[in-house]
Amino acid sequence: MPEYAVLIYGDEAAIAKGGDELESQIMKGHMAFAESNGEKLRGGHALQSVSTATTVRSGADGALTVTDGPFAETKEALGGFYMVEAADLDEAIAIAKQVPAPHGAIEVRPVRVFD
Amino acid sequence: MRVTRDIDSAEECAQDAFAVALSRWSTEGVPDRPGAWLTTVARRRALDVVRREAGLRRRLPLLVDAPLSAAGVEAPPEVDDDVIEDDRLRLICTCCHPALAPEAQVALTLRLLCGLTTAEVARAFLVSESTMAARITRAKQKIAVAGIPYRVPTAGELPERVAAVLDVVHLLFTTGHTAPAGQSLSRRDLAERAIDLARMLHALLPDNADVAGLFALLLLTDARRETRVGADGRLLLLEEQDRHRWDRSSIDEGVALVRVALRRRPPGRYALQAAIAAVHCEAPTWTDTDWREIVALYDILVDVWPSPVVALNRAVAIGMRDGPAAGLDALRPLEAEPQLSSYAYLPASRADFLRRLGRLAEASSAYEEALARTDNEVEREFLRARLRSLSP
Repeated sequence: MPEYAVLIYGDEAAIAKGGDELESQIMKGHMAFAESNGEKLRGGHALQSVSTATTVRSGADGALTVTDGPFAETKEALGGFYMVEAADLDEAIAIAKQVPAPHGAIEVRPVRVFD
Repeated sequence: MRVTRDIDSAEECAQDAFAVALSRWSTEGVPDRPGAWLTTVARRRALDVVRREAGLRRRLPLLVDAPLSAAGVEAPPEVDDDVIEDDRLRLICTCCHPALAPEAQVALTLRLLCGLTTAEVARAFLVSESTMAARITRAKQKIAVAGIPYRVPTAGELPERVAAVLDVVHLLFTTGHTAPAGQSLSRRDLAERAIDLARMLHALLPDNADVAGLFALLLLTDARRETRVGADGRLLLLEEQDRHRWDRSSIDEGVALVRVALRRRPPGRYALQAAIAAVHCEAPTWTDTDWREIVALYDILVDVWPSPVVALNRAVAIGMRDGPAAGLDALRPLEAEPQLSSYAYLPASRADFLRRLGRLAEASSAYEEALARTDNEVEREFLRARLRSLSP
């Protein structure tokens, strides 16, 4: 069955403003999500804050540079992801809609299969 | 044949089975009932092929001609009206899937449902053929790779999905309708295709009030097609149009549909727009227009669809009902509306009310403002004519 990446983006500052209450809401949301969709999950992780990100980039001359920060400075940063199994995009979207994503959005992308 | 529904496939599976037999039998020896073994292997292979193809067909319907019947793998091919119409609903829902960009939805609908060539679709949207071909290819790829399914949405999904389809059909119609009658054939063709699609949707979903509403709106708007532009290519207002040349049968059909569409509570925006169009179409002359009814309908519409353009239309209707001074009052709060800052109809409406009040200098500058915001040549000519009529 096809697999989809469910990428969770969120505005960390706005979420932080929501305090413990919002955080516990989000946690409960993820637990409920895992319970309802358990058999479709193929993996996933919450990521540490974007402030802990490091980027490795190759320059024009092929040299690699290492810098502090995420690949792209965006208002909403990647906060975590799930790998889900779904028969088609509609199913993947229905699953994604259950993932908590306050002050942010969820991207759904099919996994590439190499035969 | 029964399992694979297609001779080529059956042939392949039989050949396959023989190939497997040859390699296995040479190592394991010939089985007791070689005939039965061959048939079983061939059948299993065939089922595999069909299942794989069914999966492909589910995700790549646009690349495959013959759709799988709803009953599944082993059903005999059915070619009756129900299956055909179901497929059109499946197809239009797939073309108008929210995961596709709106311009891709429109292009796919025209290409796959209306049968327009890529060149014709390109002409309709004033882009090059290669641009349109690329747009359509990207959309097909998205459908295939992201796994947009080829199916009729479930009852739960239907309202949202139908709304997207209706928006596409409406866009098709307005794109075809706003081009003046003298333009290339492809524009009139668009309006007709849109009406055909609306008619098809209404036949497939007869109890859907929003579908009835859109269909009514298209019929009632299209009923006026012969009278929108004068013989000299000049834009004609509703006020000036020869109502005897309006298409009465379209109007009758549209009015009947409006009644069906308004049964939904709350009424949808297409139904309300259609109802407003119906009030215009039913008035024997401009002066008979029931502006009270129109304002009442706009009051509901502005609630259901809080758009500044709707608010503008409502303000104009108020001016028609209560006089130009009231119209100006109703327009005033909209002057600050950022979404209307480049919209020509706002200063044009203001100009018209000022003109009726005899405030000609102010009317003049309002018409100038409207001209600055209008690209359409027919509309520009209309505004210039108005300007000329103001000078003594």
